[in-house]
Amino acid sequence: MEIGVRNLGKHYGEVVALRDIRLDIASGELLALLGPSGSGKTTLLRAIAGLETINQGSIHFGDVDATHLSVQDRRVGFVFQHYALFKHMSVLDNITFGLRMRKLSRRPPKNQIKARGMELLELVQLKGLEQRYPQQLSGGQRQRVALARALAIEPRVLLLDEPFGALDAKVRRELRAWLRQLHDEIGYTTIFVTHDENEAHELADRVVTMNEGVIEQVDKVAA
Amino acid sequence: MASRYRNALVEPAPVRWLLIGVTLLFLGIFLLLPLFVVFTQALASGMPTFFAALHDADTLASIRLTLLTAAVAVPLNTLFGVAAAWAITKFEFRGKNLLTTLIDLPFSVSPVIAGMVFVLLFGSHGWLGGWLAEHDIKIVFALPGIVLATTFVTFPFVARELIPLMQAQGTEEEQAALTLGANGWRTFWHVTMPNIRWGLLYGVLLCNARAMGEFGAVSVVSGHVRGLTNTMPLQVEMLYNDPGQYSAAFAVASLLALLGFVTLALKHFLEWWHGDELAALRGK
Repeated sequence: MEIGVRNLGKHYGEVVALRDIRLDIASGELLALLGPSGSGKTTLLRAIAGLETINQGSIHFGDVDATHLSVQDRRVGFVFQHYALFKHMSVLDNITFGLRMRKLSRRPPKNQIKARGMELLELVQLKGLEQRYPQQLSGGQRQRVALARALAIEPRVLLLDEPFGALDAKVRRELRAWLRQLHDEIGYTTIFVTHDENEAHELADRVVTMNEGVIEQVDKVAA
Repeated sequence: MASRYRNALVEPAPVRWLLIGVTLLFLGIFLLLPLFVVFTQALASGMPTFFAALHDADTLASIRLTLLTAAVAVPLNTLFGVAAAWAITKFEFRGKNLLTTLIDLPFSVSPVIAGMVFVLLFGSHGWLGGWLAEHDIKIVFALPGIVLATTFVTFPFVARELIPLMQAQGTEEEQAALTLGANGWRTFWHVTMPNIRWGLLYGVLLCNARAMGEFGAVSVVSGHVRGLTNTMPLQVEMLYNDPGQYSAAFAVASLLALLGFVTLALKHFLEWWHGDELAALRGK
């Protein structure tokens, strides 16, 4: 689904966090938001998800004006920097959470939910770990559980906040290649935030560089 | 001979023994000895006297009153405590610091003052006394007053237990639940609640122990009517001051202490019972 950000502005009191952001993201595109900390990249990502209220402008998902939609109704797959997995739930329960929380009228039957969860586990290559708890997983595995959990709701857009920030260099490289491959396979419109230039250029179709709340440049990455 | 190498993280033996010794001595004198005295005094005149003391109609009434009071005050404070902790830790709003300070008020104010506040408000010469008398509602020197005073005094336990816990946990899991489509209520029930349940249980048990043991505030609002408005702590004091009822006082006191033990034992049992889950929650 294509995502449109029009004249978006956000401030905390006197401090401007985002100023007049305009950005169009094509359906199926993999876009990087690059910038130093405090540049507004995470705020923009969270604003698209509806986790931050904005003061100006609008956000569009395809033909839908999502500006005033609640977080729940936006149906975005958000992967948090520290994953925010539910500690007290098994891996499978984490992944199927979104399906289990649906209104009764739209909730699939239990066996279908489980089947979908196992499918996703296979997709993120964690088959056999469904009964583990998040504490029993490595960082890279947790990351993939978080991704599977976000994918379970069939999101309009996938938003990743510093997806590799908490991982060591080796796992980082592996996961990067794997994520690119997965993206090409499933084709969700994806936006990820990073402060690593190499990572942005290696992984993304387009790199949006932000600084002090504005977009400084947009680079198309040669395939 | 591994023992030749001293572990840098362990104190030398004499220091260890001294620290352990001091701790044990302190625990012995201030915790175990008093309990020992209570139970030996309770049983000093033999088991028949002990049970006869507990079978006294006024004492039975006091036990019933204490249990009833706790049965009302503890659920109320559980509800208020969770609501307050939730509001304070998961939302940003004006006056948050003031609210946090107010929650501590019952701890910082003497329970006697707390009791007097209710007498001033609801007593026959109090602000609302006239109106209450007209409508034939009795609060002070009756069950509602005792419940109110107990609820006031024990209010902070649940909230105090939960606030640091919920602050440490942050709101990321809740945000994740929202992005996955869960509404506020289901987020609370499926995400927040499981993460806080042990802290909540601990707060509830402490609250309960204190609710059953509260003396000062209840003493002011109760009016000390035997068999009617005497809770167990008040009954203990009354019996103790009665020259012929010395051992009966200790019998009731031992029962009160026992209720406290049961509370703690219950906590340990639940922790043991749910050990696997607890282990899964530890780590991060």
